[in-house]
Amino acid sequence: MSLAAAPQTRDMRARATALIARKRLIGLALPALILAYCAYVFFAFDILGLAQRARWDNAVTLVSDTYSYKTVVERNNRSGVFEVAVEGERKGTYDETNMPGWVVLAEDSAHITLDNGGSIDINGDLVRFDVPGYGVIEATQSRSAGVTTNLDPEALPDWVSLSKTRLMVSTDAARLTLTKARTEVFVYDFGWELFFFTLESPYYDHSFGEILFGDRIDPARSNLTGAWQDFWNNAIWRHGDTAWALFETVLMAFLGTFGAAIVALPLAFLAARNFAPLKVVRMAARRLFDFLRGVDGLIWTILLSRAFGPGPMTGALAMLFTDTGSFGKLFSEALENVDGKQIEGIASTGAKPLQRYRFGVIPQIVPVLLSQVLYFLESNTRSATIIGAITGGGIGLLLTQAMITQKDWEEVSYYIILVVLLVMAMDSFSGWLRRKLIKGE
Amino acid sequence: MADTTAASLDATRANYVALTRQRRLYGGIMLLVFVLLMASGFGIANDRNAGGFLPGLPQMFDFPAEVIAEAWTKRANLPGHIAKALPALIETLNIAAIATISGALGAILLSMLATQGLAPWPRLIPVFRRIMDLMRAIPEIVIALVLIFVLGGGPVPAAIAIGFHTVGALGKLFSEVNENADLKPLEGLSSVGATWGQRMMLGLVPQVAPNWFSYALLRFEINIRASAILGFVGAGGIGYELKNAISWGQGKFDEAAAVFILLFLTIVVFDQMSSYIRNHLTYGSVKGARK
Repeated sequence: MSLAAAPQTRDMRARATALIARKRLIGLALPALILAYCAYVFFAFDILGLAQRARWDNAVTLVSDTYSYKTVVERNNRSGVFEVAVEGERKGTYDETNMPGWVVLAEDSAHITLDNGGSIDINGDLVRFDVPGYGVIEATQSRSAGVTTNLDPEALPDWVSLSKTRLMVSTDAARLTLTKARTEVFVYDFGWELFFFTLESPYYDHSFGEILFGDRIDPARSNLTGAWQDFWNNAIWRHGDTAWALFETVLMAFLGTFGAAIVALPLAFLAARNFAPLKVVRMAARRLFDFLRGVDGLIWTILLSRAFGPGPMTGALAMLFTDTGSFGKLFSEALENVDGKQIEGIASTGAKPLQRYRFGVIPQIVPVLLSQVLYFLESNTRSATIIGAITGGGIGLLLTQAMITQKDWEEVSYYIILVVLLVMAMDSFSGWLRRKLIKGE
Repeated sequence: MADTTAASLDATRANYVALTRQRRLYGGIMLLVFVLLMASGFGIANDRNAGGFLPGLPQMFDFPAEVIAEAWTKRANLPGHIAKALPALIETLNIAAIATISGALGAILLSMLATQGLAPWPRLIPVFRRIMDLMRAIPEIVIALVLIFVLGGGPVPAAIAIGFHTVGALGKLFSEVNENADLKPLEGLSSVGATWGQRMMLGLVPQVAPNWFSYALLRFEINIRASAILGFVGAGGIGYELKNAISWGQGKFDEAAAVFILLFLTIVVFDQMSSYIRNHLTYGSVKGARK
């Protein structure tokens, strides 16, 4: 068959060419459209202004706090009293018995030895900071003259800031601040120092081996129980409270998800075409689901916390309301896909309606429903952290509180790690349960 | 089927009855444990709540009634409030849209790298899968709060946080779609010397694009909700407006009502629209295949 001989073929060819041209146009137009939208968002979100407003020093603090802690050596320049504390916290203050080795306190003086070979001497109102590779910075303060140093104010290195009332020297190993009110030295070290035991605990500064196999440290308690009590009630890291918060988050997700499933199941029958012959009932049930879903979890949280106050139950109820809508829709779709032959078979043995549902319908839909419920359980664990931040319960609240105070970023990173581990654990747990219950592996 | 004597039938029946009884016992125990868990969980949650469930129940409609009453008496202001909240709504939608688009693009790439038969480096498939799991596991609020601390409040932290999560969530779904794709077109393309990019673009994308689109649309709907919620913790958009309107308290509830209405309508409209388009996509492709 030659091409010229068949006008039909030519027609087809023309149509094909047109089709390909159109598709090519779409293929080009779609990326162009997305690109144009991105450009619009670029200006709508003011990305250029954002780059200026961003505070990268905050990011640096956050990152350095995740793997290090700082110890504060402070002299109150009015009273002349010295204090050495982890993170500057009252609960982490050292006394004569457990002073770290790198700081030596004497009568109105302190000698600090730094890891990089440098040292800081505080002697009354005088401070000497020996910076390796630079030299000695000497500074003093007095009520009348303010801060005076041996530095040339015209040629300051960029890690020193100096004014009449304040000197700040920031090096990698330590940071020195001198004002009329106080002389402060921040020394950075690797790790989270008081994570296991606070300074009051007799188990502080003992290794695990000593606690497990060594002599009894606290005469009143056995090592294991004592160490566990001090760890669990750690006043700074508050492990016990954190564990409770994690539990609360899981509890919210559990109650919300399964509560919603229990409420949604009977309602779903009313919304399924093959079980509710009355169109009015069906429509009413479906609109109810749409409404529950449409009023977002956020709005439910706000409305319910007015009635029930903040707490985990409010969060659980908010999730229950939203998910009843989602489950209702999903379940009724599953019910509409049920095979009628099994129900007929049960009916032919003379079963009553309830028995028909129990043996004809439930076994068919249980695997579908269960797998959906378990998917929701995992995603609700994530939602529970957010809802908890709003309604005041669980790990979400601890996380936002730690962030708002902007003080202890190592706690923030600790909570973040816990949240991620929790969600991953719930993910694998629900996956395991799904395989176990549905596939029977 | 050789032995069908009465004795063996009896034995079989006894076995069957024992088995059923055992299964029923296990089922009953599981149900009991579940009910106990629910009841005690509810009790604990109730105890740790600031207000109890039973005293709170009668007050459940107080706040909505108050808001509605106030909005009704000031109903003349409502259109003005809605118009005022509209830019914030558009910001929320923009956050969701840009997060869905960038998340979907990232998910397309990751899902190709993590699917057997498509991946250019098959040995790294488990690595890419773990990356997707991790991205899915980090809740949006964590990233949003950290970024708000660094970048300051506004839409960008929310968009990045939601986009990051979207990559993981869509990546998993996309790779499931990719697994069902026919590999023959890809083999054909590689036999004429196509590069990896060309094979994906010409051999895979036409097969899976409708399914990808359908999942991305569903995700967009979820992301609108997420972006509204993140606004509440300080990431801009309609959630932020809602927070302000609510915390002003009585006398400003007409503004809160306007935001409620706007948010509700938006979610319902996008919910219905996306389910219509998705139905159309699946139905349309079935019709196309039958033709």
